[in-house]
Amino acid sequence: MIEKITNLLKKQIVAILLAILCGFIVAAIILSVAGYNPMEAFSALFRGIYSKPKYIANTIIKSTPIILTGLSVAFAFKTGLFNMGAEGQYIMGTIASVTVGVLFDFPPVIQIPLILLAGMVAGALYGAIVGLLKAYFGIHEVITSIMLNWIALYFNNFVVNLKALHKDNTTGTYPINDSGFIVFFDQMKRTKEGQASLKESPFWGEIILRTDFNAGIIFAIIAVILVMLLLKYTSKGYQLKAVGLNMDAAEFAGIPVKKNILQSMLIAGAISGLAGALVITGMSPHKLSILPAFENYGWNGVSVALIAGNSPLGCLFAGLLFGGFLYGGQTVQSEVGAPSEIINIMLGTIVFFVALSKVVVILSEKLEKRGKKHGK
Amino acid sequence: MRKTVAIFLVGAMMAMTFAGCGNSSSNGTSSGSGDTTAVTEAKNEEGGEQTNVGAVSKICTITDTGGINDQSFNQSVWEGLQQVSKDTGVEVSYLESKQTSEFITNMDKMIDAGNQLIWGNGYTVADATLEAAQLNLDVTFGVIDFAFSEAPENVFGVTFRAQESSFLAGYVAGRTTTTDHVGFVGGQKSDTIDAFEWGYKAGVAYAGKELGKEIQVDSQYAETFADSAKGKAIANKMYNSGADVIFHAAGGTGLGVIEAAKEANKWVIGVDRDQAYLAPDNVLTSAMKNVNVAVIDLSTKMFNGEQIGGQNYEYGLADGSVGLAEGHDNIDDKVYEDTMKLQEELKAGNITAPANEEEYNSYVSSL
Repeated sequence: MIEKITNLLKKQIVAILLAILCGFIVAAIILSVAGYNPMEAFSALFRGIYSKPKYIANTIIKSTPIILTGLSVAFAFKTGLFNMGAEGQYIMGTIASVTVGVLFDFPPVIQIPLILLAGMVAGALYGAIVGLLKAYFGIHEVITSIMLNWIALYFNNFVVNLKALHKDNTTGTYPINDSGFIVFFDQMKRTKEGQASLKESPFWGEIILRTDFNAGIIFAIIAVILVMLLLKYTSKGYQLKAVGLNMDAAEFAGIPVKKNILQSMLIAGAISGLAGALVITGMSPHKLSILPAFENYGWNGVSVALIAGNSPLGCLFAGLLFGGFLYGGQTVQSEVGAPSEIINIMLGTIVFFVALSKVVVILSEKLEKRGKKHGK
Repeated sequence: MRKTVAIFLVGAMMAMTFAGCGNSSSNGTSSGSGDTTAVTEAKNEEGGEQTNVGAVSKICTITDTGGINDQSFNQSVWEGLQQVSKDTGVEVSYLESKQTSEFITNMDKMIDAGNQLIWGNGYTVADATLEAAQLNLDVTFGVIDFAFSEAPENVFGVTFRAQESSFLAGYVAGRTTTTDHVGFVGGQKSDTIDAFEWGYKAGVAYAGKELGKEIQVDSQYAETFADSAKGKAIANKMYNSGADVIFHAAGGTGLGVIEAAKEANKWVIGVDRDQAYLAPDNVLTSAMKNVNVAVIDLSTKMFNGEQIGGQNYEYGLADGSVGLAEGHDNIDDKVYEDTMKLQEELKAGNITAPANEEEYNSYVSSL
């Protein structure tokens, strides 16, 4: 019996589920201390995520970028790198996408791939700086990537004020040209006739008219699959992982370590950059604004990767969970009046307990030993 | 393994959803809010007619990324709504936007919650408002600090004649300066901030004319509303070059200006709210923008059944939406007295404060 329990406790998924449960318990305590009914708040949270098809659509939309930034962090981690720079790579991705999207106006078949590519290249190059400094100068990637985040933030604010992009009387740039939108049925939504015909189907009409439902999630899923394939079935993936597991052993085995570190950061950066490009092409307002602080797409990605235990597929689901809480959390604020910070506390608690999941394993081992002792 | 992780996560979410729903229905506490949604939906189906069928029962506000406790207009709108709720009994609520992409989804949530009047704070929300308004003809939308070139039936914009309060601030600055040198720090150049700058400069010029001397005005933009360090650097430079009063219209950047004033022990003029509490000995006065006055006024009008959509509103000195802060311990009594006289002149329309460079030039040449 005890053996069964300890085996169960050792499984990562159980630890994650326990962490989520703990998150809810802590949030419930805080809510009741603050004078709100926790059950009411939680039901508002889940009604905010599931009660209407368009809410689910919005959850997916909100999750798309953090699935990708999470994937970026998880991928880098698999190759032994802590990519704390997903935020900066994301911002560089948005900057490149907006620049290309505003300055060029090709037909969608060219425009959309061009914008996405621009975002990925910008993110990749920005990630490569970190990889370069790590590989050839031995500077720790956590420090460089965090500092580069700030450079990206202020670079964003600089770009927003450039004459070619800045829209007068706003704190932002021009939105990108329509041809770059990946929003479904975008053209139809703009005309009266299109709106009328969309309304005929209550289910899809609501999703398409009331949300920015876009193709982003498809790209995110493709990215997850590609990363999984890369890590699992290619020799490159094997090399990257080997460098991550033991750099010296990898070098001894004839794997070019420096090149692999650089490549790993290039890929991680490209994934974060793609997240930025998808936000610009898929979600209104389709433009850059002055950023007083980080919008946290990258930082949330770090949490997503943690919850997912750095599994690429896990990122997909952890991203949806995270996005759902962020989006549903707004309903808690509007309906129950509780500050949406409660949701942040809950998410923080979940991440905290996931990080503590190693303790669960240790505890279960202790339990096992004690069980054996008593068994004798 | 990964697959099981995934499946379990989905399972967990589902399980928790059902748990949540179960609780709400058995508990009964939250069924109230569920009902409201249902009621609104019914309403939506009944009438595709225009706004304002009768009294309003639910009003809300959607903040820009500044958050509800921004010490500025988001907070002011919310205070206004709370007052409206007290006066009329309507249900009020707010929703914070953390990212600019949330404006649309927040609008959507508030419409679903059955709000009949939605206040969007700041011109950044204007695009999202228009988009939501187009699809929800039975809801009225107001945008603070924005004038629509062509407001749809169910949308209105609210602007404030900040040039009037800035004119008074400029007058106080001009009368107070001992170095004949004052400064202005702006956030980011736009029509809105222009009104502050040129109104202020006109006030300074008016005071200069009265005193028979030339007062120099330095003006600089920080290109951001959120960088207090930059605001501080600009203010330090101005104080060092001889200015002894600085007026800021720069949001968070302005907090740095106030800090610089504190350290240099010079005068600073606050903006939007009474900022005296930030530096009681150095804040000369504040050019207030009482957004709550407009919010209360328009919300109450709509409550009383008036059609308020389809146009822009402008609030100013005459209705108490802008003006100087009440506390005037730091202003010389004689100066304050004269300022109040000037305020009456402005209210009566004898003086028109300029809101941009062009108007300023013609105003100064008429002095």
